[in-house]
Amino acid sequence: MSDGFKVLYYVNQFFGQIGGEDKAGMKPEFHSEKIGPALGFEQLLKGEGQVVGTIICGDNYFNENKEESLEYILNLVKQEAPDVFVAGPAFNAGRYGVACAEISRAVAEELNIPVVTGMYIENPGLDTCKQVAYVVSTSDNAGGMRKALPAMANIAYKLGKGLEIGSPEEEGYIARGMRKTIIVEKRGSLRAVEMLIKRLKGEEFETEMPMPVFDVVEPALAIKDLSKATIALCTSGGIVPAGNPDRIQSASAQKWGKYDVSGRDALNAPDFYTTHGGYDPVYANEIPDRVAPLDILKELQKEGYIGNVYEFFYTTTGTGTSVSNAVKFGTEIGKELKEAGVDGVILTST
Amino acid sequence: MVKEIERYGIPIVHMATITTISESVGANRIVPTVAIPHPVGNPSLKSEDEKIMRKAMVKRAVDALATEISEVTHFE
Repeated sequence: MSDGFKVLYYVNQFFGQIGGEDKAGMKPEFHSEKIGPALGFEQLLKGEGQVVGTIICGDNYFNENKEESLEYILNLVKQEAPDVFVAGPAFNAGRYGVACAEISRAVAEELNIPVVTGMYIENPGLDTCKQVAYVVSTSDNAGGMRKALPAMANIAYKLGKGLEIGSPEEEGYIARGMRKTIIVEKRGSLRAVEMLIKRLKGEEFETEMPMPVFDVVEPALAIKDLSKATIALCTSGGIVPAGNPDRIQSASAQKWGKYDVSGRDALNAPDFYTTHGGYDPVYANEIPDRVAPLDILKELQKEGYIGNVYEFFYTTTGTGTSVSNAVKFGTEIGKELKEAGVDGVILTST
Repeated sequence: MVKEIERYGIPIVHMATITTISESVGANRIVPTVAIPHPVGNPSLKSEDEKIMRKAMVKRAVDALATEISEVTHFE
């Protein structure tokens, strides 16, 4: 095995078997052993490659100390000089996905080492790295590990052996937005006419040049006079009244809640707590205003800095929640706020 | 959620720690915050100091709502 190609692996504290949210603040560490997915990964390299070590970093630590973490990790990668770098898979985990994406991009761009990672198509890290890394398309949760690892290993194997990587469809990675010249039997004009005929007949056809979809919402006009404005507070940090009366899910939320806070000065414990399952709840449960700062908004209202705090506070859980649900929640909440004449919104996220 | 609420023409400010996610979900007004489990708090400060810090941040967010912008803007 000593002649095989070298793979260096990155995982978070959870997949690195250090711990859960309580360990999300850990600094990056290098281990010369194969840990977590790195263990099974080597077995998938057909005896031709070896995993020379595992880098483990806490998701919170990475995202809160990005530059420092990147510098440390890049130095490690330089020292180990792997032939292929592998991160994740991160599935639909937001912080982990962003960490994998930032590291993947840095390793690929700054060290010129090929990178393989894995993510769910809605992972917020995807856009950061899909152009420079092979991002295998995974399910939204770790149940998809058994499918993701062989696809990632197969690409890593080809990269390590210097073999050509096939198309996104063949290899299971997310399109990198590159064009490749290929030879096909039918010439372009013929293919275009065939597509047109299919379209005219109302049949399905596959474009050879999908257009990117941009959905940008222009910034809304600013509030003219804060002292007359009604501000609404909204959070994806899962702050709910004690007992979570509407049973908002702790992850992959299916719904949002709204609660009358007109008679309150703060979202204080023990009346409120967080039901969010994606971060360490200790600090939020001590003082829920650390996530949803109703206390300060009420102070600003008393001081006359803002006109009013909207009587309802809106909340949901933003971990693992699908984009389609988030769009639905935003559309429903926005409609209510618009009808209520709210002038501006503060939305906090953890 | 940020984008869909803003689509109604209501200015919205996103207070979050991972601002790359704020940008990728289409937030236009962004106030970077302290840490993931306590975006507008800091348990290592004394409680009065923490409150002062939170007030400064929330005020910055409110001021962001009253600031005309034409593109994604971080209020730091």
